[in-house]
This record gives sequence, C-alpha cells and structure tokens, in this order.
Amino acid sequence: MAMPAHTAAITEVEAAEHGLTVLEYARICEVLRRAPNFTELGVLSVMWSEHCSYKSSRRLLKNLPTRGPRVLQGPGENAGVIDIGDGLAVAFKIESHNHPSFVEPYQGAATGVGGILRDVFTMGARPIANLNSLRFGSFDHPRTRFLVNGVVAGIGGYGNSIGVPTVGGEAYFDAGYNENILVNAFTLGVVRSDRIFRACAAGVGNPVMYVGSKTGRDGIHGASLLASAEFSGAAEEKRPTVQVGDPFTEKLLLEACLELMEQDAIVAIQDMGAAGLTSSSVEMAGRGGTGIIIDLDKVPLREINMTPYEILLSESQERMLIVARAGAEDVVRRVFAKWDLDASVIGHVTDDAMLRVMCRGTEVACLPIALLTDEAPAYERPAAPPADFEEQQELQLDRIPLPGDYNETLLTLLDSPNIASKRWVFRQYDFLVRSNTVVGPGSDAAVIRIKGTHKGVALSVDCNSRYCALDPYVGAMIAVVESARNVVCAGAEPLGITDCLNFGNPEKPAIMWQFAESVRGIRDACVALGVPVVSGNVSFYNETEGHAIPPTPTIAMVGLLEHVDRHMTQWFKAEGDSIVLLGRTREELGASEYLALAHGLVRGAPPWIDLDVEKQVQRVCLSAIAEGLVRSAHDVGEGGLAVALAECCICGPGPDLGAVIELEGAVRPDALLFGESQSRILVSLRRRNLGRLRELATAADVPFALLGEVRGRRLVISPLVDVGLEEIQRAWATALPRRMAV
Amino acid sequence: MRWGVVTFPGSNDDHDALYVVDHVLGEDAVSLWHKDRDLKGVDCVILPGGFSYGDYLRCGAMARFSPIMESVVEFAHAGGLVLGICNGFQVLCEAGLLPGALIRNRGLQFVCTRVHVRLEETETPFTCRCTRGEILTIPIKHGEGCYIADAVTLDRLENNHQVVLRYVDTSGRATAEANPNGSLNNIAGIVNEQRNVFGLMPHPEHATEKLLGGEDGLKLFQSLVAAHGEGAQRRVAALAPGH
Repeated sequence: MAMPAHTAAITEVEAAEHGLTVLEYARICEVLRRAPNFTELGVLSVMWSEHCSYKSSRRLLKNLPTRGPRVLQGPGENAGVIDIGDGLAVAFKIESHNHPSFVEPYQGAATGVGGILRDVFTMGARPIANLNSLRFGSFDHPRTRFLVNGVVAGIGGYGNSIGVPTVGGEAYFDAGYNENILVNAFTLGVVRSDRIFRACAAGVGNPVMYVGSKTGRDGIHGASLLASAEFSGAAEEKRPTVQVGDPFTEKLLLEACLELMEQDAIVAIQDMGAAGLTSSSVEMAGRGGTGIIIDLDKVPLREINMTPYEILLSESQERMLIVARAGAEDVVRRVFAKWDLDASVIGHVTDDAMLRVMCRGTEVACLPIALLTDEAPAYERPAAPPADFEEQQELQLDRIPLPGDYNETLLTLLDSPNIASKRWVFRQYDFLVRSNTVVGPGSDAAVIRIKGTHKGVALSVDCNSRYCALDPYVGAMIAVVESARNVVCAGAEPLGITDCLNFGNPEKPAIMWQFAESVRGIRDACVALGVPVVSGNVSFYNETEGHAIPPTPTIAMVGLLEHVDRHMTQWFKAEGDSIVLLGRTREELGASEYLALAHGLVRGAPPWIDLDVEKQVQRVCLSAIAEGLVRSAHDVGEGGLAVALAECCICGPGPDLGAVIELEGAVRPDALLFGESQSRILVSLRRRNLGRLRELATAADVPFALLGEVRGRRLVISPLVDVGLEEIQRAWATALPRRMAV
Repeated sequence: MRWGVVTFPGSNDDHDALYVVDHVLGEDAVSLWHKDRDLKGVDCVILPGGFSYGDYLRCGAMARFSPIMESVVEFAHAGGLVLGICNGFQVLCEAGLLPGALIRNRGLQFVCTRVHVRLEETETPFTCRCTRGEILTIPIKHGEGCYIADAVTLDRLENNHQVVLRYVDTSGRATAEANPNGSLNNIAGIVNEQRNVFGLMPHPEHATEKLLGGEDGLKLFQSLVAAHGEGAQRRVAALAPGH
C-alpha cells in the first residue's frame, strides 16, 4: 500500500497525545504495515477511544439480555426499537453528556438533548418524549447552583425549541458529583414497525450524502479527549471541545428527515454525533460490510482553511449522513431545500472494505474499516472490589439513636433536595407540546398517549447511586426493578430498558469491579422481570483529580398501557379511601436517605431485594389497576413509607388530602417510617374494593396491610407523626427554589 | 368551517392546533406553509406556538416577513379571523396586527405550568360562548410572555375592552403572585379594535381533552365555530330573496 501523500508520518509521542497507548499504536502500525499519517491518527484515535469503541465494556455488555418477542432492534444501532402493536413501535435510547455539561453546562446539556433526539429520529421515529437524569454535587459546593441553572436551562432551551416535550426525569444531589456532574438524556419516538431505518451502508455505488448544518471547528476531539479521559481541574481549557447547539436547525433537520423517510430514497442513515463524519461513515460501512469513499471538498463548511483532520473530527451539531438509493439524489436535495438545509453528495459506497478520504484530488486517509470497528481493541480489564467494601456495609443498628421528634425528621427528609419537589426544574421544560402528555413530571412515571391508538407508554428513569456505591450489584438490580415498579404504578407493563452506565476510570480495578457488578445486577434483574436491554451508553472516566463519581447505572424503563385511559397516578384521590401497603417492611436502614440526613452516615448494605417477590408485588399492582380497584399507586422509595405517604397527600394537581394511619410492626420505628425496603407499593382505594385487592395479594403471596384512610388536613401516623399538610407542603415545595435562590 | 394553521420553520404547536381542529372539533383543517401566499380559502388562520425561525432575534421578528404573513395581514384587514397563540401572539405584535410587545419573563426563566385566566370580554368571536368573569385553567409555556405597551396604548386597550384574558388566582383576583411572567395589568390575551384578531400567551389547544388534563381551552375554539356559523347565517340572510 502506498503511503498517502500530503501528510507526514507521526511519532509515538503524537500517538500518546491522541490517547493511544504504546501497544495500541504498535498494533496499528503492524496492521497497516506502516505508520499512520496525522489525519489517520486522528481517525484512529477517535474510533479507538473508549467513547466510540467501548473497549473496556464491550465484553461485559454481551452478557445483557437483549432479545424478546417484541424487540425489533436491540443494541448496536442508533436506538433500540420495541413493537407496541397496531403496526407501531417505539424507538428509544439514553445517552450521557457529562463532561461537556460540567465544562459548559448550557451547551453541554443542550447538545446532549440534540444528540439523543437525532439518534431516535435517525431510526425513522418521530420523537414524542424526552426524559433526563441529572446528578449534581452538594449545594454546599460553590459551583452547584451555576451548574444546575445552566444544565436545566440548556435542556429546556433545546427541548422546548425543537418541540419535543420533556415529560419526566430525576435530579439527584450528592457531594460525590461535585467535580463531575452527570447529564443523561433520553428520547422516545414512535415509528411504523415496517418503516424502521437503520445505519447499515449497502449497495456499492450508492451515493453518500451529507445533510444538515455546515461543518465548523467546534467539538473537535469531544469523543476522545473530553469523554474518554479523566478530568483535571482546568475545565476552562476544554471549552473549545464542547459543541454548540442550534435547536432551530435540528428542528428543520428532524422535519426534513421524517419527510424524506416517507419516500423511497434512503438506504441507511446515521447521525453525525461523537466523532462526527468519521464515526458515522465508518460505522455505517462496518455494519454493512462495505467500504466508503468520501471527498472532503464536497463537505459543506462554515469556516475556511479547515484541514482534513479537522473536517473528519469536527463534532458540529445537527448533521446527518445518508446512504441514498442511486438515482434518488434529487429527491433528497428537493426535500432538504424545502427546509433550507444543505444536502450534498460527498462520496459513495465501495466494495473494498476501506475508508478512503480524498481532499483536493489526493487520498489523505486510507484505513481498513474493520480496524476501526470490530478489530478495535477490547480489554478484559482487571477488576477487584475496593478494600473497604465489606467494612462500608457494616451497620450496627443498635448504635443508631432513634429520632427525638419524628415530625421534625419527616420534614427534614421532605426538605432534602433528593426527595423534595422538582417543580423548580420541570416547570422550565415544555412537557405539553405534541398533545400526548397524560401524566407529566411529578408522578412515579410519565404517561404519554400514542395517537391513533388506545395505547400509552409509561416512562421512568431511576438510579440510587448511594445504593450502587455501597453495593453495585444490588444497587443496579434495584435501579432496574424500581424503574419497573414506577411504570407499573402508572398501570403499564414493563417493555424494555435503555441504560446509561456512568462510572469512573475503568483502568482502576475497583471501578472496573463496580462496572462488572452493575452489569451483572442489571442482567439478573432484567432476566427475572423478562425485560430486555435494547440500547444504551457507557460513560467512563467520570473522575476529577483522581476522585471517581459514585457508580451510576441509570436505567430508563419503558412500559406499555393497552388502554391509556386506565392509567394511574400516585396521589390520593378522595376522602374516605382506604390506604393499603403491598409488600413487607423490613428492619433495614442501610444506604438510606434517613441515615445520611439524620445521622450523617453513608454506609450499610442497601435494601434487601428478592426478584421473585418484586415480580409478584408488581403483578398484584398491575392487576389491581387493570381491574379498576385502586385510585392511586405509589412506589415506596427514598425516605420510606412516611415520605411516600406525605407525597400521596400533597403532590396531586387538586387540593391536598390528609391521611390517618396506624402503623405497627416488629421493626424499630425509624425503620418502619423511613427505611427503604424494596418491593413495596402504596395504594389507595374505595373501601368496597379492599376484599378483592386482599384476594389478589393473598393469591400471589404478597403481604397486604391496611394502613388507614384518606382523611382530614394532616398526615397522622400514630403514634409517631402528626403534621399539618401546609407544613409538609412548605418543606417539600420550597426546598429547591430556596436553595437555588441563595 | 375551514381552519388554516401556519407552519413557520420552528413552529412546534402547529401539529397540536391541527389535531384539535381535526380530531377534537371535527372541523376542516389545512396546513399553511410559510413560503406560500395562498390561504386556501380558510375562515380562520391560527398562528401557532413554537420558535419561528429559531427566534434568535426578537420573537416573531423574522416570521412577520415571511410570504404567508403578507396574506395573513391582508386577510386580517379584510376582517378575517386570526388567532395567534404564544409565538403566534408574538408574531401578531411584530406584524403590527396587535399593539404592544412580549418580552422576557420577569423571572427570566421559561415557565411551563397551568394558569388561571379570567375571561374579561365575551363580545368577541373568540369568546362568545364563554361567560364574562369565568375562570379558565389553561397552560402556558414560554420564556418571553411578559406583555408590555406604553401607558397610552394600555389605557386604550382597557377602555376599548380589548383585554380578553387576565392572569388571576383561583379566586379570580389579578394579583402579582398570579402573574407568571410580569405582564402589565396581568394581561394574558388581547384583541384588536376590530375584534377579529386575537393574541394570547396561554395555549388553549393544550386544554381541549379531559385525558390530557382539562378542556377549558375548547371554549375558545367552540366560540369561533359558533361565531362563524352566525356570521354565515347573517351572510345567507343578507343574500336571501326579498332583501
């Protein structure tokens, strides 16, 4: 093979600066039988980066269950797709944009939303709902307010402008994220099940077309340098690697792509996200087993004198690469011209399994596609639990004093930013546009109707990273089952998940162990519930100055309601209704919000979880909702039963409703009230339905306890708690705005 | 009745408006494209919510120059019914069809929430099926919905009974707390002097189905249908033999 002209060979030092190890670089030289030139080095470094190659995670991810009778597309495409009947399917995925959001919160979060939206409409799906999972540092940290403001405004700025509702999500605050926040964005779209588009380049000679925004110098090396390496304190210096979003152009791109997809013009389509033109062309050729040649002189540019290296690695937003059917070029051009967007043929599909890049008549890069995709490195990194793993799990309950004033403790918990109302956040998001939002932010799960059917989907995103820090296996299992429980509480059957696995540096054995344990937990929970993983994303190197974030395997669950008008919400509906707890309360306080807030302790084993019991509890709840027995259903989560009861009283859109509860149990009172035992659901129902619900529970061997009834203007849990709803409402509603206003 | 919904690049709630007219009202709805001049013989034009042309300049400042707006202005001057919702209201102000302007919310944040608005005027084709003083619950979702006008304009609007909707609390008082964006006089929606052009920040099209949380917005659409029907009857009567 002739050495491409136009470029000088590079050195190991330059390779190291591009994040390639000595061994990786040696392997490249060996396969190529020459040293790569500078342009090729850029291409190799991004494709072999952790972000694009999943080199530390690929082998473990293979263990996840990805199939099911409804799965039309599993992991490996731009998004996963699940059949929902009536000739329709839902495409969805979650993705991280952590480092960019820490460096430049508004644009980082905004382009995170833009990226995940493209992943979904690339599949031919019309995006109808966004969620996000946000992790910030403690409010004691001076940068937290700035980051919260910027990230929330950025998510709103992009989602609101493009007209896709942000219908739910979570916001979590923990000092473990002080120097490395997490922004995970999720999009779900609806697609006709026979019109799913994939990113698999086929048909030698078919034109490769570039559509959307012009290419600039923004975001160069976002994937390799920003997303695939630890952080140092000098975040400012990395601002040029953050992309800048333009939701208006993306709106045009979205409409143009969906319009074009109505016609028979597209063979394959992929978003130019991380690693831009490089990864989109290489991955499409990789999936198709073909080659691809592109001519950089044809790429629409917004800056002059851009080098091949810059054009190939730019992460300018709002761009797509299309392999069109030969002869359909004008159809593509016509649709994009209608929406005032660029569309130009920049190359074609070849049969030589090579990526060839031309610039001013010369070949500036020539690399085997396989070397950039399947043959990219995959490591089995050493994994070992941290030295203090077992010590951290120890918790001597008899050394923990009982609270003096349970009212006070309840109000303290309701004032915790992790438990308090997130209205300050979600009122900045348009959660109504597209007229499908049946249940918006603020209940266990959002519910979105599917127009043209009687169906709806329920969506929830969850992860308790304190559980994961103390036991990543159990924590990840709980993330899966809790997200399932949340969609069940909305009346939906869990369909499938997408996961966003946020971890520290995988080259450290303790981190790799957290990762492996989390994947094992997700697998076991998914297998038990019969729920496949259809898409996902791994974000490593969430570390700053050597401090890793708590392991955070975020799970987004999608559930299906056959009849959306039978959806359920979490708040009490009427005075006089009975209140029932399904599931057992154990004497456990480990890893709880109560322990952290009231005793300053982050330790102990996370709550015990039995997947069979969990499944039964969820089944009983689903049947009860399907039979129309219950009027509210709420997952018991952080803060335990007392917090769950308080939420049922005050979080509805109507007037607040009190409750009178008799609690008894063989466990200590603080565990009874604030313990976070899993597999528990709080329901309210008309008294006449109690018998039937008890039958359902007994048949499934699910503990059933009549706790009391909806009554009055106070929450009374005798003999421990007696608080007025105004006081509860004040603590819960003002916690976030008060902290943000400082 | 034939309704037209304009799609500017960046319009978002155009789909929602079309859906309400077509699926909820069961009326005839057509989509109007910003590059066209043809209003396709519609009886009412809706300028929908969204971020026309990205709204990177002032909201609505670009949209007013689009070809379709020339026809909409002409249509409005001839007495045609024009309903501008959110971004549509901003476009109507920029186009000079309504007085005043909409600026950044006083709180500086985008706000999406259900608000209460008091119905001030029923003598308009947009509200003829409502009751004066009735309180509607309708969502808002905007970052730039603070209505302002100079004192003379404001007086004229009030004296001419052009203020149609006002932000109020649950008991109907137009307090500062009930004002979500800082609008002068708690103004949520106004009509022009001829009362055929209505702009409002709340989204009636997002309050038309029980399943989605409420139907109060439907009254505005039903008013238009009724007003159009009466207008048509008057026209028929005017043409009837014997006149």
